[in-house]
Amino acid sequence: MSEQNVHPGMNLGYDGGEEEAEVKIFGFWAFVMSDLVTFGLVFAIFGTMAGSTAGGPGPEEVTDLTSVAIQTVLLLGSSFGFSWASLSMKYHPKSRWRTLGWLAVAATSALGFLVLEVVDFHHWTTIGAVPQRSGYLSALWALVGLHGLHVAGGLIWMAAMTGQILVFGLTDDIKSRVTRMGLYWHFLDVVWVGIFSMVFLAGVA
Amino acid sequence: MNALFGRLSWSELKLFETFTHGWSIDTLVAAGAAWAVVLGAVAVAGWLTWAGLWGRFWRDWLTSVDHKKIGIMYIVLGFVMMARGVAEGLVMRSHQATALGGGVLSEEHWAELFSTHGTIMIFFVAMPFITGFMNYLIPLQIGARDMAFPMLNQISLGLTATGAALTMISLVVGVFETGGWTAYPPFTGAAFDPGPGPDYWVWAIVLSGFGSMFSGINFAVTIYKMRAPGMTYMRMPVFTWTALCTSILLTFALPPLTVAGLMQALDRYLEFNFFTNDQGGNMMNYANLFWMFGHPEVYILVLPAYGIFSELTSTFAAKKLYGYESLVLATMSIAVISFAVWLHHFFTMGNSATVNVAFGIATMVIAVPTGVKVYVWMATLWGGRIRFTTPMYYMTGFFILFVVGGLSGIILANPAINWQVHNTQFIVAHFHNVLLPGLIFGIFAGIHIWFPKAFGFRLDERAGKITALLWIVGFCLTFLPLYVVGLMGYPRRSSAFDDPAFLPYMIVCLIGACMLAAAFTGLFVTLWISIRKRDELAVPMGDPWDGRTLEWATPAPPPHWNFAVIPHISERDAFAREKAEGRPYVLPERYVDIHLPPNTPAGMIVFVTTTAFGFAATWWIWWLAILAILVLVGWMIVHSFLDHPEVVIPAVEVRRATNVWIEAIELAGEGVTRDDEVSPKNRGYASTDMLVAS
Amino acid sequence: MSARVCAAVAALALTAPLPLFAQEDTRGFLRPLGPIAELQRTELIWATILILLAILPVLLGVPYILWRYRRGNTKAKYRPQWEFNTKLEILMWGGPTLIVVALSIWLAQAVFRIDPYRTIEPEMAENMEFEMEGEPVTVDVIGLDWKWLFIYPEEGVASVGEMVLPVGRPVTLRLTTDTVMQSFMASGLSGQIYAMAGMVTQQNLIATRPGATLGTNTQYNGVGFAKQRAPVRAVDGDAYEAWLDEARDSDLALDDETYAILAQSGGLDRARSDLGVAGEGPVRFTLPAQSLFERVVARYMNGDAVAPEAQPGSPFYDPEAHVLPPAAEMTMEHDR
Repeated sequence: MSEQNVHPGMNLGYDGGEEEAEVKIFGFWAFVMSDLVTFGLVFAIFGTMAGSTAGGPGPEEVTDLTSVAIQTVLLLGSSFGFSWASLSMKYHPKSRWRTLGWLAVAATSALGFLVLEVVDFHHWTTIGAVPQRSGYLSALWALVGLHGLHVAGGLIWMAAMTGQILVFGLTDDIKSRVTRMGLYWHFLDVVWVGIFSMVFLAGVA
Repeated sequence: MNALFGRLSWSELKLFETFTHGWSIDTLVAAGAAWAVVLGAVAVAGWLTWAGLWGRFWRDWLTSVDHKKIGIMYIVLGFVMMARGVAEGLVMRSHQATALGGGVLSEEHWAELFSTHGTIMIFFVAMPFITGFMNYLIPLQIGARDMAFPMLNQISLGLTATGAALTMISLVVGVFETGGWTAYPPFTGAAFDPGPGPDYWVWAIVLSGFGSMFSGINFAVTIYKMRAPGMTYMRMPVFTWTALCTSILLTFALPPLTVAGLMQALDRYLEFNFFTNDQGGNMMNYANLFWMFGHPEVYILVLPAYGIFSELTSTFAAKKLYGYESLVLATMSIAVISFAVWLHHFFTMGNSATVNVAFGIATMVIAVPTGVKVYVWMATLWGGRIRFTTPMYYMTGFFILFVVGGLSGIILANPAINWQVHNTQFIVAHFHNVLLPGLIFGIFAGIHIWFPKAFGFRLDERAGKITALLWIVGFCLTFLPLYVVGLMGYPRRSSAFDDPAFLPYMIVCLIGACMLAAAFTGLFVTLWISIRKRDELAVPMGDPWDGRTLEWATPAPPPHWNFAVIPHISERDAFAREKAEGRPYVLPERYVDIHLPPNTPAGMIVFVTTTAFGFAATWWIWWLAILAILVLVGWMIVHSFLDHPEVVIPAVEVRRATNVWIEAIELAGEGVTRDDEVSPKNRGYASTDMLVAS
Repeated sequence: MSARVCAAVAALALTAPLPLFAQEDTRGFLRPLGPIAELQRTELIWATILILLAILPVLLGVPYILWRYRRGNTKAKYRPQWEFNTKLEILMWGGPTLIVVALSIWLAQAVFRIDPYRTIEPEMAENMEFEMEGEPVTVDVIGLDWKWLFIYPEEGVASVGEMVLPVGRPVTLRLTTDTVMQSFMASGLSGQIYAMAGMVTQQNLIATRPGATLGTNTQYNGVGFAKQRAPVRAVDGDAYEAWLDEARDSDLALDDETYAILAQSGGLDRARSDLGVAGEGPVRFTLPAQSLFERVVARYMNGDAVAPEAQPGSPFYDPEAHVLPPAAEMTMEHDR
């Protein structure tokens, strides 16, 4: 396996690091697939409960398209920033600051997303759109909240990664970790696109 | 409620129930069980202290990432929990034998018993057993040194132990859930059961479920990526194939259970409305989620047992497995179709006729590959030279009884009949009929086969055979009568009955249950006898059964590093071929240093923190729950900053160990023939029957 | 084991299922009172026979193979390399497939024929060869902890602990619960169907001969679960009318307050003492308003939270808190 560079995206050293990275990244793909099933199921539950508003606030009341649009831009921007971090890691492995800089952009952007999401949550509580109100709202909070928790977890991970890059530099191990983190980060984007279109756009369409 | 102990109070302690609730058989059973847990734990801890074994226990077992040791620990955990499950079964059968118009237990206790029995037997007996076998065998069978993610493997064990620990704690503190192992809301919702029972259930299931999912990912990646050179997919042993299918199922079938459990938790803790009666809640979603997990789960459990039966037939018939390709195809088909049949667990929910028909037919379709498997095993025996060792006893019991389970399964697949027998004792008979002969017999047969590999000596055959017969006869007496009373309309989970016609059957069931309890004891008697005779039974050369797959080409027990050099595989059952051609055990030409992952306390840290979290969340001890999460996350971050140097086994050491083993084989001269397989002459160097023929 | 012991064991094993065929009505669908349970029994018997075709080779073949190919038998040919045979493969895959195809066709026919939601019509009577006459009967079934409430909305009566049906008239049961999920089965007449709060499920059935069976809850719902069994009697037209008349003469009216008390957890005896009715056995009521069933369903569906105090079956239940919505505000869903 080590004859060719299996992960050109990482530009790893040539001392067998690819093989280990290959196994780990494949394993992470499997985890992402499993997580995708989880999101898929919560989506499905949301679908069955879309009509169960029990007389409470419905999609029209909870959807603030402006806010959701900004959130989408921020999260996609974060993913974009992460892509630049990956590219910097590949082409400028000597300068860890470039990678760190892009990671900071990604983190800030995602933090902005989370803040706006929390503002939305708060807004929902003020109009009585709390999860205790109806099956629809339970599913809404669970789905959006599950994604939000994933993003928050990702931010903690990113913070830890920053620390590790500072301590260890861009070693093969760290590159493999950053690559897996990237997989996770882009995956959350895909899920958000689903939430944006199926929960919010479809809700008010 | 107070900040320090949440809603926990002294009155929740079950140890003194006989004094606080008055003497009765019921309180005696409850308090006795609580004391059994406490004294059992104290006895184990005391013994470890007395023998001064804590250090070794910690270094060699708890912190080990060796897949073989983790596998053994899974199986030990399974047996500990099975002791409780069997005891519960016996208590329940005693109750039912007196249940004409009543019964010796209280209604609440009865409900708790059938719920814990089901939960424990599925999640903390069957699951650890199959995970243990997969752990032990996968790397050995594919020629790898360990799992793809050894630390994650240990963490999975920690999470499984967490679930088991929470159910054990519930025996001492508070009560467990009472709505059956499926825990259907709204009965288990906050409005009808404020707790702590369903909370124990949720955390036991969700936390151990994460462990199972990680196991699935780990095993699948190991099989995909860690196979020895030349070990193509179609050269893999059948057990590895079944393990691969099970791993894929674990990866994708556990999320529905996690989602169902966590939504149930949101309903209970934060008053969400997923499964409530009012405000748009819908319990039908729970039933769908639970069985989207629950049905694949059946195959998660039974497929590795099929793998064991496949290895067993070809080994003890001294013959190639008939129809390898058919078996692989059948296994894969079962795995795929198992995701498309979950609705047959609730044909009675008022689905449209079309939906019921579609799922009924899909369910029947699974019978085809399952039937093929049974025929394949028969064809494997055909033209063989069958040796009636203990595993073959289990195999025979399996053959005869499993097809009866298949019969009732196909009957149940027909919604028109299912409407009549759903939720009756017929169902109880059916799933015990497939899980006991199908899974547990396979596990016990497997233990007889691979115990010598793991510990270096065989299990006593005579005791093993008596035990096997007890299991088979005990099973028949305990569960076959339930088909009859089920058809007569006796609902499951029913603590009492009014029809005197049921009584004789229940008495037979009790006799059977006593036999099963004796059979369970028989396993330990077998172990005890075997330990005492271990010198006589020793098979240090590692191949007591004339095995066919790679793991038999190692000493017993195998070294930590499994293989001195990673073997190159040129065909299926390569070891059997080498033996038939008279050229097994070739010394490697050169040795290299072997790198192995270091010990880690990860599994223990995960176990302690998640158990603390589960207990705290159950009893609303919020500070402890938060602390547990912080410690866990904090440790993960700290861990990622630490350097973890690998353990290096120098080539010289590997050479020395290998030479000792090969020299012993050369000294033995001739291998032992199958005539002397169960005699003290068998030291694990096999002369194969296949040689004679070719 | 001596031959005599073996014979005794075999005799016992063979006679064990005999009570299934005993002439007692409460033995469920093996003693059907109507065409649906009868079809289910037929399905059971034929499915068993057909599947036996697939498993008999195993039951007979395994002992034979084990005996013939035992290691000690040197006469049997040992073929360690034999691993494939095309004809055998075709048989292995083809045999079960054919049986499954046959069973599937059968299954589909039966399910469409006796789908619980399908009302019993003259056409069905013709196909399945049974007699029916007279007006359809509707019975609304409410599952309570731990008793069944049967409401006859068209007749203005209700009964707890017993359901009486006229022979020969098609019956539509509409089911719900006012507590946790339950499952209603009158085994001699038809299979079971779940009853869930806020939802209506249906079971159509017909009795073609007089007799009794048990109306059982099969879904565990708490400590009184085992007692939740009500006789279901199929009687001829005159006896049915007489039974209804007696009910109409009852002193008890099933108004909202009575219902709230009736709904609290407890078996039939507890209900009697709560309502202040002496004696034992089933209780019959007159029905002041027709829409009790609909209102019980609607109380979970009108959007308001139903507090645990207002949910029968909850440990917090208080009959005072039980409020049924007015009939005018109902939003019922009758779909599956």
